[in-house]
Amino acid sequence: KASFSTRATAEQALNQVHKCTSGNAMEMATFNLKDGYVEAILRGYKGSLLNSGDYALMCQCENLDDLKMHLSTTTYGNLVSEVDVGGANTTTQLIECCTEKFVEEFEYLQCQAEGTLYHFLEMCRIPHMIDNVVLIVSGCLHNQHTPELLEKCHPLGMFDAIASLAVAANMQELYQLVLIDTPLGKYFEGSLSREDLTEMHLEIMRNMLYKCWIEDFNAFCSKVGGTTREVMGRFLSFEADRRAIAIASNSVGTELTHDDKKSLFCKFGSLYPYGQKDLAQAEDHDEILKVLSDYSPYNRLLALASADDDLMIDEILSGQELDLCKESFTQQFHYGVFWAYIKMKEQELRNLMWISECIVQNMHNRIHDGVKF
Amino acid sequence: MDYEYWGLVFRHISPYMWASLGCALAIGLSVAGAAWGIFLTGSSLVGAAVKAPRITSKNLISVIFCEAAAIYGVITAIILQTKVEDVPIGSDGEWSVKILKAGYAVFGSGLCVGLSNLVCGICVGIVGSSCALADAQNSTLFVKILVIEIFGSALGLFGVIVAIIISGMERNTRHVSFSLLLQNSFC
Repeated sequence: KASFSTRATAEQALNQVHKCTSGNAMEMATFNLKDGYVEAILRGYKGSLLNSGDYALMCQCENLDDLKMHLSTTTYGNLVSEVDVGGANTTTQLIECCTEKFVEEFEYLQCQAEGTLYHFLEMCRIPHMIDNVVLIVSGCLHNQHTPELLEKCHPLGMFDAIASLAVAANMQELYQLVLIDTPLGKYFEGSLSREDLTEMHLEIMRNMLYKCWIEDFNAFCSKVGGTTREVMGRFLSFEADRRAIAIASNSVGTELTHDDKKSLFCKFGSLYPYGQKDLAQAEDHDEILKVLSDYSPYNRLLALASADDDLMIDEILSGQELDLCKESFTQQFHYGVFWAYIKMKEQELRNLMWISECIVQNMHNRIHDGVKF
Repeated sequence: MDYEYWGLVFRHISPYMWASLGCALAIGLSVAGAAWGIFLTGSSLVGAAVKAPRITSKNLISVIFCEAAAIYGVITAIILQTKVEDVPIGSDGEWSVKILKAGYAVFGSGLCVGLSNLVCGICVGIVGSSCALADAQNSTLFVKILVIEIFGSALGLFGVIVAIIISGMERNTRHVSFSLLLQNSFC
């Protein structure tokens, strides 16, 4: 068994070397032809993300008015001044306002992009579409009204037929009436066998869709080649690992079988195939951590985290993702920076949500815990 | 490979063709390199200047360095076309060795400056694009990256220098053939 695993790891290593060295010869000299302007705009957006100085000032705010004032000195400008601080749900309104700006920037980028980059940005939207579809379908199960659900959807994941998702009664109808014409249509291949839309099945459907999407995205980036393949390969294998860990830890204590869990894991990533096999068989959180401590870079991250006690696995992974994002900006002429910017911007919105919630609930001592940049 | 036949072919090819090709390559390839470099750096410059308008005036230097590659090509092409003169063809339809040498010299000179400015233009373009993006984020980086561009644009300069030297070789042969003509006419 030992010799088989060493041979497999040697093959994996060879594959990775082959992937890294087969790049585009004239990539640097031809990238700017179509995508130079859009990449430069994106780097401008990245430069105006909130930095440590902004966060330090905002963490010291006493109330939401102060927070709004600080936000107006950043690139958010006067957008947040319309949010009424006195009313209910102000933190949600504030974050929605900021999210709108993000979506506007993203749509500008997509407008200016052509060809391959346009498809890349479309693929970046798909996880939001998946979340929206699951949100609407589960809302319908609980008999909520469609307009309310549509308001809760993430704006990046809107597509034309989304309002008509509410009419479907079961999976087959959902697929054949609505989803087959949307960008999500091709991801439904594997999950049509489930008939009823119950809560459990919805989660499985969501994870199955994510798995299909990640594998499709990986194939797309490999076809693009060059530095994009290298950078996005890193991002997507991290994403695959992260989803595997999330599925394993969320299904602890549920009746999901080992084989079911394995079918939800992606067929690549640094945990594929042996780590995923071990994760599928893990019965509790300690076993999951034990499996992770055999694989790099998770062993190094867990070692660092255990020194700083009480750090959740989610936070460790978020920190690692932010590091990968910042690294990707050190290379030019690739599409990985677009993905990295989306992730960094979403983290910034989560930070703002955390800060405003802490201010509203008067938990100033915990305000620094949730802020990552 | 019948070398005698190929030798015959080359001796019958008009040196005017080589000379004209040399002039054309000098200006054509240099301008191609300069244009390539300008679009590489210009697209990044325009995009980066949206969020950081202060970078526009300083980063025009990158565009000027690319333009210099085209200027080298123009200068060399003008010099080369002055070397082209009326030369007599030999009695058996072949050109004399000195005249052939002059034709090849003009061709080589043009190819030299053309190719070196082509790659110089691309090089300065790529570095200029990175320079604009870096300057937009942190203005202390501009001068440091500019030094790289200066080294890149020196490549085009090397091409021009060598091209001028090669084309100077042509002048000697012309003088020799002219003096030979004089001697023959006196004998």
